[in-house]
Amino acid sequence: MTIDGSWYLTLAAVLFTIGAVGVLVRRNVLVMFMCIELMLNAANLTFVTFSRELNDIGGQVAVFFVLVVAAAEVVVGLGIIVAIFRRKVGATADDPHELRG
Amino acid sequence: MLHFAYLIPLFPLGGFAVLLAFGRRIGNPVAGWIATVAVGAAFAMSVVVLVSLFAHAPDARLFTQNWFTWFRVDRLSVVVGLRVDPLSVTMALFVTGVSALIHLYSIGYMEHDEDFAKFFCYLNLFVFSMLMLVLSSNLLVTFFGWEGVGVCSYLLVAFWFRRPAAASAGKKAMIYNRIGDAGFLVALFLVFERTGSLNYSTVFARLGQVSKANLVAIVLLLFLGAVGKSAQIPLFPWLADAMEGPTPVSALIHAATMVTAGVYLMCRINPILHAVPVAGHVVAWVGVVTALVAATIGCAQTDIKKVLAYSTVSQLGYMFLAAGTGAYVAAIFLMLAHAFYKALLFLSAGSVIHALDGEQDLKKMGSLRAFMPVTAVTFFVGWLSIAGVPPFSGFWAKSDVLENAWAVSPALWAIGAVTAILTAYYMGREFFLVFMGDPRWEGARPGGEAPRDPGWVMGVPLVVLAACSFLGLFIDLPFHPTWSFLERWLQPVVGASVAVHHFGVTELWGFGLADVAFALVGIAVAAAVWRVAVNRPALEPRVLVMAWFVDWSYDRFVARPGAAISAFASSVVDTRVIDGAVEGVARIVRSTGERLRRVQSGYVRTYALTIVGGVVIIVAYLVTRAGS
Amino acid sequence: MAGPLLATVSLPDLATFLIAAAIVIGGALGVVLGRNPVHAALSLVLTLFGVAVLFVEENAQFLAAVQIIVYTGAIVVLFLFVIMLLGVDRQERVLADQFRGQHLVAGVLGLLVLAEVLLLGTGHWATGARATTGALNRPLSNVAQLGRAIFTTYLLPFEITSALLVVAVVAAVVLARRFDRSFGGDAGPTPEETADVPDGDEATGR
Repeated sequence: MTIDGSWYLTLAAVLFTIGAVGVLVRRNVLVMFMCIELMLNAANLTFVTFSRELNDIGGQVAVFFVLVVAAAEVVVGLGIIVAIFRRKVGATADDPHELRG
Repeated sequence: MLHFAYLIPLFPLGGFAVLLAFGRRIGNPVAGWIATVAVGAAFAMSVVVLVSLFAHAPDARLFTQNWFTWFRVDRLSVVVGLRVDPLSVTMALFVTGVSALIHLYSIGYMEHDEDFAKFFCYLNLFVFSMLMLVLSSNLLVTFFGWEGVGVCSYLLVAFWFRRPAAASAGKKAMIYNRIGDAGFLVALFLVFERTGSLNYSTVFARLGQVSKANLVAIVLLLFLGAVGKSAQIPLFPWLADAMEGPTPVSALIHAATMVTAGVYLMCRINPILHAVPVAGHVVAWVGVVTALVAATIGCAQTDIKKVLAYSTVSQLGYMFLAAGTGAYVAAIFLMLAHAFYKALLFLSAGSVIHALDGEQDLKKMGSLRAFMPVTAVTFFVGWLSIAGVPPFSGFWAKSDVLENAWAVSPALWAIGAVTAILTAYYMGREFFLVFMGDPRWEGARPGGEAPRDPGWVMGVPLVVLAACSFLGLFIDLPFHPTWSFLERWLQPVVGASVAVHHFGVTELWGFGLADVAFALVGIAVAAAVWRVAVNRPALEPRVLVMAWFVDWSYDRFVARPGAAISAFASSVVDTRVIDGAVEGVARIVRSTGERLRRVQSGYVRTYALTIVGGVVIIVAYLVTRAGS
Repeated sequence: MAGPLLATVSLPDLATFLIAAAIVIGGALGVVLGRNPVHAALSLVLTLFGVAVLFVEENAQFLAAVQIIVYTGAIVVLFLFVIMLLGVDRQERVLADQFRGQHLVAGVLGLLVLAEVLLLGTGHWATGARATTGALNRPLSNVAQLGRAIFTTYLLPFEITSALLVVAVVAAVVLARRFDRSFGGDAGPTPEETADVPDGDEATGR
C-alpha cells in the first residue's frame, strides 16, 4: 500500500554519503556549505521516515527544529564567510590556515 | 599542706616566665636573684611537703594530685598530675637544694657574661622540667620532663653558641639523648599496650597481666633511655663534650640532676625490675663495666672538667650496678652523696677556672693551695668523699653498693673494687696537679696578679656542699636499723623489691675495711706519682686519652657514612632522580604536546576528513552492537 | 521483483517515489560535481524539491510546505546572494587537489559510511517505544498534531530555538559590518591582505 520505510532510508543514506563526500572534496566554501545542507536533508528524511514507522509525531517535531536551526546556522555561517572571504577573490577553503598548531 | 605540692614545680616555671619576658630588662644581677629565689622557694616547699608526708603513717605516704587531663584518645587518657611519695620527695628535695646553691654560685660565675639573664632563664626552665620528671604520676609526663631536661641541656651546653665547639657539643648531647629516647618511647607504647595505662600506680598493679618477655623488653627499653640520658656505654661520649658549657651547668645538669634521671627511672620502676631479675642483671653489668671503663679514661685526661665528667659516668655506673642488683636504697644514697660531692667538685673546679681566667688545662695549673685555700679545702673534701674515705658520705654509699654487688656476683664486686681504686687514684692525680707542685701558670697571667678565692656568692655554695658531703653520712648508716633513715624512708616505695641480704657483723666489717683499703691504695699511688711529677706518658697512654677511641669510631663508622649517604642523597637522588622525575614528566608532556600539535594543520578540509573518519568508527561500533 | 512489489504497492506511490528519488539523487550529484557555484545552488533547489515531495508522500505535509518556504525560498536565496556578493562564480577545478589522497580517502570514507548506514537501516533494532500520545493516526490533521506536540511536550526547545534565531540575526548584522572608519581600523576581516584592495565600497571583490 505504501512504500516500505527501508527504501526511504536507503535513499537518505545515499544522499548523506554524497553530501559527505562533497564536503571533503570541494574547495569552494559555498559549495561545501551546500553539501552540508544535503546531509541535513538526508537526516530530515530519515526522521520523517521513522516518524511514520513508529507512529510518533516526535520525529516530525525533530525535523521542525532541525529546519529552524539549519536556517540560523546558514545565516551565521554565511556571515562568517562573507566576513572572511570578501577581500580576496577566488578564495578557497584551503586559504585560511593560520589557525594551526 | 600536701596539696600545696603543685607549687614545687610552679615556682621555677614562674621564674622562667618572668625572666623570659623581662629578663633582658631586669639584667645583672637581679635576674640571677630572682631565679635563685624561685628555686629556693621550691626547695622550701619541698621541705614543707616532706614534713607533711612524714606526718603520715609509713604505709599511707602516697599522695596524688591531678591537675588536668592532657588528652584523651580512645583507651588512652593521660592526666597530668603529681605523685608525692618518699622517692619523689627525696628527689625533689635534693634537686631544688643543689639547684638553689648552684643558682647562687652562678650569680658570681656569670657576672661578666652578656647573656646573664638568659642563663638563669634556661636554668629555671631546667629545674621545672626536672621537677616534672621526678614528681609526675605517669610515664608520659615523666617523658615530658625527660625531654625538657634534654632540651635545656642542649640550650645550656651550647650557651656560648658562637663557639663552634660549644654548638656542636650541644647538638651531640641532644642526639645521643634522642637515641635513648627512642627506647623510652617504645617502652611507653609497650606499657600502654600491655597494661592499658601509663599511670604508675595502675601499671604496677597490673604487672601480673604482662608476660615476662614483655616485662624484660620494657625494662631494657627504658634502660636504653637511661643509657642515653645517664651516659652509660655505649652512649657516653656526649658527656665529655658537654663540658663546653659553663661550669655551673656542668655541676647542675651533668653531675647532680639530669644524668641521675636515668637512675631515678630505674628506681621508680622497681616493681618491674623485681619481677624480671635477668633484666636487672643486664643493667648491673652495663653499669659496672661503664664504671670501670670511664674510670680508666679519667686517669689520662688533662682538662680539669673532663676528668670530672668521666668520673660522673663512672659513678653513674655504680648507681646502675646498685639498681640492677636490687639495692635501690643504695642507689639513691649514692645518688644523693654523689650530687653533693660532684657538684662540689665541679664548683671548685669552676672557682679555679674563674680565678685563672678560663684556664682548664691541668698541666698549666699547680700550687693553688697557697693562693686559694678555701677552694683547696672544699676540693679536698670532695676528693675524700668520692674516694670513699670514712667518715664522708661517699664511703658509706659506695660500701652499700659494693656489698650488694658481692651478694649477687663476686665478679661484679671485683670490678667495682678495681674501679674504686682507680677513682681514688685519678681524683688524687687531679688534686695534686691543681693544688700542689709548682705554679705552672705563672708566666701566663698578664697582670701578674695572683689567683684568689672567690667572693661569698660563689664561696657559700662551696662550703655548704662540703658540709653536706660530710653530713650526708647520717642519711643511712648500717650500724643499727634505727639509723638507716633512708632505708626506712624509702620502704613504701622500694621495700617490696629491695634485695635483702643479711650479712654478719664480721662480713660487714670486712667489707668496710676493704673499701677503706681501696681508697687508701688509690690515694697513695696518686701521691707517690703526681705529687712532684707533671708528665708521666706511661700512665697517660693515648688510648685512654682518646677514651678508648669510642668517639673516634662512632665518627668513623657511623657519622661519616651517614654524612656520605646524605651527600649522595642530596646530589644524586634529589637532583637527578627526584627532580629528574618531576622535570621528566614535564618534559614528556611538553614533547608530546609538540608532536600532537602538528595534527592541527590549519586546513579545514583535513579536519573534515578526520571528523568523517571518526564518525565511521563510531557508527561501526554501533553496527556491531546492533545485533540486528 | 516488480511482481510481488506491485502487488503490495500502488502504482502512483511507486512512480512518485522513483521520480522524486531520481530528482533528489540527480540534484545531489549536481551540487557535488558542478563547477560553477551558481549551478550547484540550482541543483540544490532540485534536491530540496524532491525531498519535499517525499515528505508529502510520507504524510508530513506541513514539513513539506515549510521545506519549500524556508529551505528553498530563503536559504538557497541567501546562498545565491552571497555567491553574487563574493563573486565566487569562477570555475573551480574540481579534480585537481593540493593534497594527494584527499579524494581517495574521501571516496573510501564515503563508501564506508554508506555501507554502515545501510546495515543500520536494514536491521530492525532501531525501533523505539511506540508513543501513544503522539500517534499519527489520530483523527487530527498533520498541522494540528504537530502544533499540539510542539506547544506542549516540546515547548522549551521551541522557546530556545526562538532565542537562537534572534541571536543569529544579531550575529549576521555584526559579522557583515564593515569596520573601517567607525572603529578605527584593526579589525580587517581577512588575514591575507592584498595591498591594493579598495576599502569602504560595496566591494564585489574585484
